[in-house]
Amino acid sequence: MASASAKKIRPKYLSLPALLFEIRLPVPGWVSILHRISGALLFFPFVAWALYLLDTSLRSEQGFQYVRAEYLDLPLVKLGMLVFIWSYCHHFCAGIRFLFLDLDKGVDLRTARITSWVVIVAGLVLAGVLGSKLL
Amino acid sequence: MKRLVVGAHYGLRDWLAQRVTAAIMAVYSVIVAAIVLKNSPLTYAVWRDLFAQGWMRVATLLFAASLAWHVWVGVRDIIMDYVKPDGLRLTLEIVTLLVIAAYLGWTVQILWR
Repeated sequence: MASASAKKIRPKYLSLPALLFEIRLPVPGWVSILHRISGALLFFPFVAWALYLLDTSLRSEQGFQYVRAEYLDLPLVKLGMLVFIWSYCHHFCAGIRFLFLDLDKGVDLRTARITSWVVIVAGLVLAGVLGSKLL
Repeated sequence: MKRLVVGAHYGLRDWLAQRVTAAIMAVYSVIVAAIVLKNSPLTYAVWRDLFAQGWMRVATLLFAASLAWHVWVGVRDIIMDYVKPDGLRLTLEIVTLLVIAAYLGWTVQILWR
């Protein structure tokens, strides 16, 4: 792998302080970076966690009751599960938006901003509803 | 013409695979969410019987396979964007593949026990 393009010196202003304090992302940018962050979180650790829960809950009745009544009752587990559920919901909604963008639907600025807000709000609302039902 | 090799195919295949696998997982998610919410609060009997059915096992395996491919494209995109040293990049890509393989093995183990 010769990454020739990586060796070019280009004007890049992506130091961490710049990323955190100087670059102001527009809403579609937030949807995009949150899609990436939620995707990374889903890959690790959340898939592993989901498999652990599936494994334990399907292993035996005791395992199922443990997950339902004890494990999911721990505050830290509840918090983690909420982040998990939100990641899934946001990734899901943002992904559907990107599919529409691929089809050239909603690419004008006004629509793109509106759908970005819809995705962010829908992700949070879905996570709230599912979280309150499941946890 | 000089070709740059920087780790991806730059082809339609991965782009398309990421979208097709996304659609498969979306459909599965909606179906499973509907089943779980309909049977809420979930009991062990319902849960066990759901995963005892052949179609559910196959659908879940299909989901896992879709996830594996989807994750590979997505995580590799992230690695290619942020990790520039070739050695580190290759290492992370191999780790990613190993984790994906482990997930798949674990899934099969859970489904056909």
